[in-house]
Amino acid sequence: MTGITAQSILLVSVIKVVVLLFLVLTAVAYLVWFERKVAAHIQGRWGPYRVGPHGLLQPLADGVKFLLKEDTTPLGADRFLYFTAPVITLTLAISAIAMIPFGPASVRIFGVATPLVVANINVGLLAIFAMTSIGVYGVALAGWSSNSKYSLLGGLRSSAQMISYELSLTLSVVGILLLAGTFNLGELIARQDGFSWGFLPKWNLLNPTFPQVLGLFCYFVAAIAETNRAPFDLAEAESELVAGYHTEYSSFKFAMFFMGEYASMITVACLASILFLGGWLSPFPQTSGMDWTLYIPAGVLALSGFALIIDGVRHPPLGRIVLPLLGAALLALSFLCSRTGVIDDVQGPFWFLAKVLFVLFVYVWVRWTLPRFRYDQLMRFGWKVLFPLALLNVVLTSLAVVMRK
Amino acid sequence: MTAQLMIFLILAAIAVAGAVSVILQREPIHSAISLIAVMIALAGLFLLLESEFIAAIQIIVYAGAIMVLFVFVIMLLNARVEERTNMSRMARYVGIPLAIFLLIELAYQIGAATLSMTPQPATEGMTRGLSMLLFQDFVFPFELTSILILIAILGALVLAQRNEGVPPKRGQEKST
Repeated sequence: MTGITAQSILLVSVIKVVVLLFLVLTAVAYLVWFERKVAAHIQGRWGPYRVGPHGLLQPLADGVKFLLKEDTTPLGADRFLYFTAPVITLTLAISAIAMIPFGPASVRIFGVATPLVVANINVGLLAIFAMTSIGVYGVALAGWSSNSKYSLLGGLRSSAQMISYELSLTLSVVGILLLAGTFNLGELIARQDGFSWGFLPKWNLLNPTFPQVLGLFCYFVAAIAETNRAPFDLAEAESELVAGYHTEYSSFKFAMFFMGEYASMITVACLASILFLGGWLSPFPQTSGMDWTLYIPAGVLALSGFALIIDGVRHPPLGRIVLPLLGAALLALSFLCSRTGVIDDVQGPFWFLAKVLFVLFVYVWVRWTLPRFRYDQLMRFGWKVLFPLALLNVVLTSLAVVMRK
Repeated sequence: MTAQLMIFLILAAIAVAGAVSVILQREPIHSAISLIAVMIALAGLFLLLESEFIAAIQIIVYAGAIMVLFVFVIMLLNARVEERTNMSRMARYVGIPLAIFLLIELAYQIGAATLSMTPQPATEGMTRGLSMLLFQDFVFPFELTSILILIAILGALVLAQRNEGVPPKRGQEKST
């Protein structure tokens, strides 16, 4: 392997960035669809159903609609900041995902072996927190530059909220840092390998030294507040503030805020599964009798493929063609995943994505279950309940680590 | 090496331009944004020196926490274009010669020192080395600083609560 030059490494990085950008934007679009579907089923409705089979083309329709709407700028707005604010929000939300490792295996592009992460840096966790901490500016500047009282109040509210909950968010992961002793996300996962008593995975949530249950609770609550979602979505409490900081935004600038929110949801879910749920590690021990667990990815793909084919028959013409085709593609993928040579490589990404999907589902579930907090309740909860709890977790974990030594 | 020099020049240009813009902007919020640009460019310079930890902390603490408070206060007061008073015009006549003097002195000192372009490679675990320094060698000054900050917070609370014995409004909790 003498042909590795600086240029080819740069090229590989560019390819990885482009592929990740494409994947993230698609994931964001379908996360919106996923949320609307889950919300609808929680409320006993059908959700998007008109555009394409099962409303699967709804994200595309939404995108076209965003592009075609009139793009307005309010009178007296600070034009430069008004344009910059959505750019800040979306850029930071997407670039945080560059630090997320998706699997232990490495892929080969043009003969250069490269891990499944765009930016593998030693302080990955801190870098992600740096991104989220600058993310406040998108919200604050949008509220300020719109020259509208609703936007200003919404921006003030949400930036105060984000500053308050950022403390708990950062403190909640200190326990994990104490247990692992590294900031590198890949190493953080590697430290969670192994099983206590032969079956219970040593994920940080179930860590034998000190289970990070409190840590996960604080992290998740703070993360929901940090991404401005219900029950902490006071920034856009539509009954009081029209739509909060993005009241005056329309067309694609609004879409950028919207996509930014969902992209940061994905980051939070990825980080939760990396920090607390063992990232790409399989929940099953790889002992002699447990070989069948390697076929779970293929099995899940095959089952969903069959389900799509059977379901597709009942649909009107377009769905009758598209859904079985999708199902057949999934079946082919499932066959590919069960072959030797591939089977080991799909384990990591499969379990990682499964955990991320689970966290995202909980995210959506919480939004459609809990009513919104009042602003003073939110501040009191953040400072007087969540912050002390996160501190308590740090103290208890460090005690446990010292006792262990 | 040349790529590194190029990145350094770009970052340095952003930092200097941002610093100049902090002074020249008439609207406080634009000055604050320029200052944030300076902070981020500085973080980039730290990255160039292979100190990832310092770079991340630079962004989290300065750009992410301190400057957010600045922007927050500007938003809260809804401060628009700044006014020119006699005192601020005076500052120009005293300030510009002082700045020029400082610049000459800096240039002289840098010219006198021997310059080497290679950054010192960070020894294993920048984070570990730093925490060893902070929590072992300099643990007493470090703890003293945190007590100082605590006193400052308490002082702010006392000052905020002083008016006519009314209970603190809930908005004050977030300003600490």
